[in-house]
Amino acid sequence: MARAVSTRTRLTFTVIGWLVGFVIFFPILWTVLTSFKSEGAAIATPPQFLFFEWTAENYVEVNSRSDYLKHFMNSVVISLGSTLLGLLIAIPAAWAMAFAPTKRTKDVLLWMLSTKMLPAVGVLVPIYLLFRDAGLLDTRIGLVLVLTMANLPIIVWMLYTYFREIPGDILEAARMDGASLAKEIIYVLTPMAVPGIASTLLLNIILAWNEAFWTLNLTAAKAAPLTAFIASYSSPEGLFWAKLSAASTLAIAPILIMGWFSQRQLVRGLTFGAVK
Amino acid sequence: MRAKLLAMMTCSAITIAVAAQAETLTIATVNNGDMIRMQKLAGAFTEKHPDIELEWVTLEENVLRQRVTTDIATKGGQYDIMTIGTYEVPIWAAQKWLVPLDFGPEYDVDDLLPAIRAGLSMDGTLYAAPFYGESSFVMYRKDLFEEAGLEMPEAPSWDFIGEAARKITDKDNEVYGICLRGKAGWGENMAFLTAMANSFGARWFDMEWKPQFDQPEWKEALQFYIDLMNDAGPPGASSNGFNENLALFQTGKCGMWIDATVAASFVSNPDESQVADKVGFALAPDKGLGKRGNWLWAWSLAVPAGSQKTDAAKTFIAWATSKEYSELVAEKEGWANVPPGTRTSLYENPAYQEAAPFADLTIKSIQAADPTSPTVEEVPYVGVQFVAIPEFQGIGTAVGQQFSAALAGQSSVDQALSNAQALTQREMQKAGYPK
Repeated sequence: MARAVSTRTRLTFTVIGWLVGFVIFFPILWTVLTSFKSEGAAIATPPQFLFFEWTAENYVEVNSRSDYLKHFMNSVVISLGSTLLGLLIAIPAAWAMAFAPTKRTKDVLLWMLSTKMLPAVGVLVPIYLLFRDAGLLDTRIGLVLVLTMANLPIIVWMLYTYFREIPGDILEAARMDGASLAKEIIYVLTPMAVPGIASTLLLNIILAWNEAFWTLNLTAAKAAPLTAFIASYSSPEGLFWAKLSAASTLAIAPILIMGWFSQRQLVRGLTFGAVK
Repeated sequence: MRAKLLAMMTCSAITIAVAAQAETLTIATVNNGDMIRMQKLAGAFTEKHPDIELEWVTLEENVLRQRVTTDIATKGGQYDIMTIGTYEVPIWAAQKWLVPLDFGPEYDVDDLLPAIRAGLSMDGTLYAAPFYGESSFVMYRKDLFEEAGLEMPEAPSWDFIGEAARKITDKDNEVYGICLRGKAGWGENMAFLTAMANSFGARWFDMEWKPQFDQPEWKEALQFYIDLMNDAGPPGASSNGFNENLALFQTGKCGMWIDATVAASFVSNPDESQVADKVGFALAPDKGLGKRGNWLWAWSLAVPAGSQKTDAAKTFIAWATSKEYSELVAEKEGWANVPPGTRTSLYENPAYQEAAPFADLTIKSIQAADPTSPTVEEVPYVGVQFVAIPEFQGIGTAVGQQFSAALAGQSSVDQALSNAQALTQREMQKAGYPK
């Protein structure tokens, strides 16, 4: 039975909700505002909130200095590529763990997660040497591979939790009707797990899009994605906040728009199985 | 007809082959004004050398350092030209990671400023060509000095600086006598403090590589710095680096600022600075011991040993660090924007002297720093505001954290120095010094 909630309580919670939302969103808002300031206004104390001279000169400067489109395309290829490749490996893996568990399944899952516990810089030199010998330095395919490996544990874990919510009997029924393993995964399991797979896909695209260790360290001029584009606007000597903000705004805009359109799917997937 | 087609195809194949032969140089560089200007003007180079194409990788200084160090240490060969500083050059040259640079007579290598050239050479061979050089000096507010009845000498002493800073401090109106670096880091507060300590007679190591933080010179220098900042510095100084102090000075909150000479062009630029017409300059202070508290740094271009395009890379470096390039910048963007601090001829040029009022003190500051003899007493290392050994980045930053904590009031001067001594000794022992 639903509890009666008074209008007052509802109003209070709404206000608190909006406040918390605003606080979380504020850094992004501030970045966007700063991108329209002059370098001088960007560091002014007290900070100017809305009443400053709006200018688009930072965007003009950023676009004349760097090739945004090239970095953008690299980001798209790397984040989509690594996520799709990851899903291709993770769906069968998660299927096995969820529907055909063995004595050691839990240990394998934990072991997979433990690979995320080592700081990435710890394996930088070995990976760099491997990439150098394989000719993968500064290539998109190299980054797709390394980001797939980096995000695979998270993809498997997420899918595993979603799959466990699906009754195994349905799959068994499909099997009894004569479905092969591949057909069972493709035609029975996948359609039922679409919300889970979709949110895994979206979350991992975001993770790969924002990944800023491997993408900076394994690229030079050709495969550098938007993270390198942002990194080129920070300066140890001289004012750079406004230009850096413009570059950051350009870099996060696509993923922000994608997140906006898919938020229903994202939230549905993330809370999938939470209510039982 | 067929023969004609064949001939045409051969011709176009040759054209494609020639175009494909164009070498592409990948250049790693920092995001500093002079470097960005070079990217904009590089068209003049590619016009003259149609067989060479340029690709730029611009990164923030710390990211760049990590990136190029990984690449050069593993011989990754991702870059053909790297922008590195006076800290890296002696270490990397000793590791044989850099290609020696020899240019023709028209390059006029003797025109390079001797202090800068010495910092970039090993055994008399040049391993990196200076793109722009900098030292540090005092920038001060002429109006505040006048109000307080003070006159800044061209070569002030630390005692005068301390006295003046306290006199012009007006905390109620947010005017602080002096702004100095406090943010921890080997290239942040330790660059300033090491250079300052040199003038107090302190040094990092004695000739046996024994750390010297337990000596009275360090205690005097650090105590002076902390007292001065407590009395006349801005609040929260322990998190201030170059950019934070630049912002404070430009908005009129600092009476004095001792930092890189390159800051002179920022603080006297009326588009950015509210105090542009009130800034005066003076040499870094001393203690009467024969050394001034100023540093020496040069962003330089070098060819890593892993590069396959050494000749083309050298051609580009010779162009970017030449007199011809200076003239190109002067023609397109004015003499004030020519990269400073690398060539004697620039400072003899009347057009430059007129356009850059700080030119005279910049050259004097650079000449006052000697990377091969940076301290009052003898030392076994090269480097003014750093010690050119691979271990220094780690040690310098750890010591910087101790000093930053003392500035923030979290520990005493004695505590900070004894911690610095202990940690430096431990790291040096681990690294196997004396070698």
